[in-house]
Amino acid sequence: MAEYDLHKDLQNIQAPVIHFDHVSKDYQKGIHAIEDISFSINKGEFVFIVGSSGSGKSTLIRLMLREILPTRGKVYVASRELSRLRRHQISKYRRSIGVVFQDFRLLKDRNAYENVAFAQRVVEVPPAEIKKKVPRMLSMVGLSEKYKAFPSELSGGEQQRVALARALVNNPVILLADEPTGNLDPKNSWEIMHLLEEVNRRGTTVVVVTHNHEVVDMMQKRVITLRNGRIISDEQKGGYVHAKY
Amino acid sequence: MYMQSIRTFFYCLKQGLRSIFHNGMFSLASIGTIAASLFLLGLFYFVTSNVNFAVKEAEQNVGVTVLFVEDCPEETIEHIGEEIKKRAEVARVEFVSAEEAWETFRTESLNEELAATFGEDNPLEDSASYEVFLNDVSMQSVLIRFIEGLEGVRRVNALDGVAESMEGISRMITVISVAIIVILVAVAIFLIRMTVSIGISVRKEEISIMNLIGATDFFVRFPFVVEGVTLGICGALLPLGILHLIYGKVIEYLTGEFESVFQRMAFLSGHDVFMKLTPLLLGIGVLIGWFGSTSSTRKQLKKISLR
Repeated sequence: MAEYDLHKDLQNIQAPVIHFDHVSKDYQKGIHAIEDISFSINKGEFVFIVGSSGSGKSTLIRLMLREILPTRGKVYVASRELSRLRRHQISKYRRSIGVVFQDFRLLKDRNAYENVAFAQRVVEVPPAEIKKKVPRMLSMVGLSEKYKAFPSELSGGEQQRVALARALVNNPVILLADEPTGNLDPKNSWEIMHLLEEVNRRGTTVVVVTHNHEVVDMMQKRVITLRNGRIISDEQKGGYVHAKY
Repeated sequence: MYMQSIRTFFYCLKQGLRSIFHNGMFSLASIGTIAASLFLLGLFYFVTSNVNFAVKEAEQNVGVTVLFVEDCPEETIEHIGEEIKKRAEVARVEFVSAEEAWETFRTESLNEELAATFGEDNPLEDSASYEVFLNDVSMQSVLIRFIEGLEGVRRVNALDGVAESMEGISRMITVISVAIIVILVAVAIFLIRMTVSIGISVRKEEISIMNLIGATDFFVRFPFVVEGVTLGICGALLPLGILHLIYGKVIEYLTGEFESVFQRMAFLSGHDVFMKLTPLLLGIGVLIGWFGSTSSTRKQLKKISLR
């Protein structure tokens, strides 16, 4: 398999950017985290994946990140089957995916600027470029003034913005957000969702796993609903399916 | 691309060195254990290399003396000499006439008064001999058996087992030192693994973020290898410095305090010893550090890795 370059692959792609083909994942024998899941996400889509705890939402994110492999079925990103990626191709692949978590996962001993710069340093971006790009990203998430602040000096919403800046600084093709508003108050939750919407408007495919039904109902995006590891609904401009839980 | 690799190399180097200070006590313990192991190795090296040197010197100076039967014809003596020279283990053969033998004995072992009583007589007139020097002292007994079988040979004198026992001592010291060093090296590797493991667990979060962002294996692992190898080098430099300081003083002390024992023994110069000992200890230090860190990194990162 040739070098993995998702950006290049996506330029001429007609097929879905993400495709799950009858995917199941068993963490223990007989216990299915997800079972026989098939869906596709097109380039530039904004998709919510919703469901109660243990419904398999985070497993989907982990499969897309190639953190785990499916027990059965295949996961494709830009028509490449992820289980066939070689070890050295995985790091290349992940450079094209931005990821944001509920618990932010910032480095506590580094300030906002260094946390964002770290993502660039890891993928060996020249220092001159880092100096240009990082302030731009921090400005985009509204944290230009607080670039010297350490995570402990920032609010939850601000920390999530730093995490978002870090996820976006390497120009990802896909942005995966696992419960990005899980630790935030409604005001901060909306600010983060507006940022994600803005990122999506600029062409990045955004997949958000969430519990936050107000956000899902208000945003009127595509919603894939999971229950007990299976897809029970997949609606364009959908809402949070309360009645079914 | 080239600049990028250099930048990454120096970034990883900095991270590795930072980690050494971060894990202060464990780093010191690792350096201490490696230093102790290599210090002992250095001491054993001093002893074995000097014993081996002394054995070699002895081999060149320890010979066998071949005495001939009474009134042995000159042709027979010449024939014996030629037969001995043909042997592979023989380095050189020197003929000592009866006159030379008496002269040496008289000047070295008799006082003038006693020597004068013999006048012109030579009490060793049947003591012409060959001094045979070997290039391989372990073949001494074989050679003696061969010479004893030659016609015209009355007796063969040899200093039984001097060189052999020196070689035996050298072998014994080598075996004991190898055993002790193996144990100490194992302890040093264990401690380096512990130090690196702690470094990994301290940076667990950072490593998992690196994995998510798309860091290469080299980028994640290399700082830990730098840490291990640096600990190994420090652990080698410390004993080298100490050994360098004490070597000359120890030789001086031995030849001074135990003059009777060591006066005739040849010692290697400090230059000769450290020409070999310096790369040896540094090499072992680097290997211990490299092996300790890579094995620990492989094991620990598997737990964190998302691949």
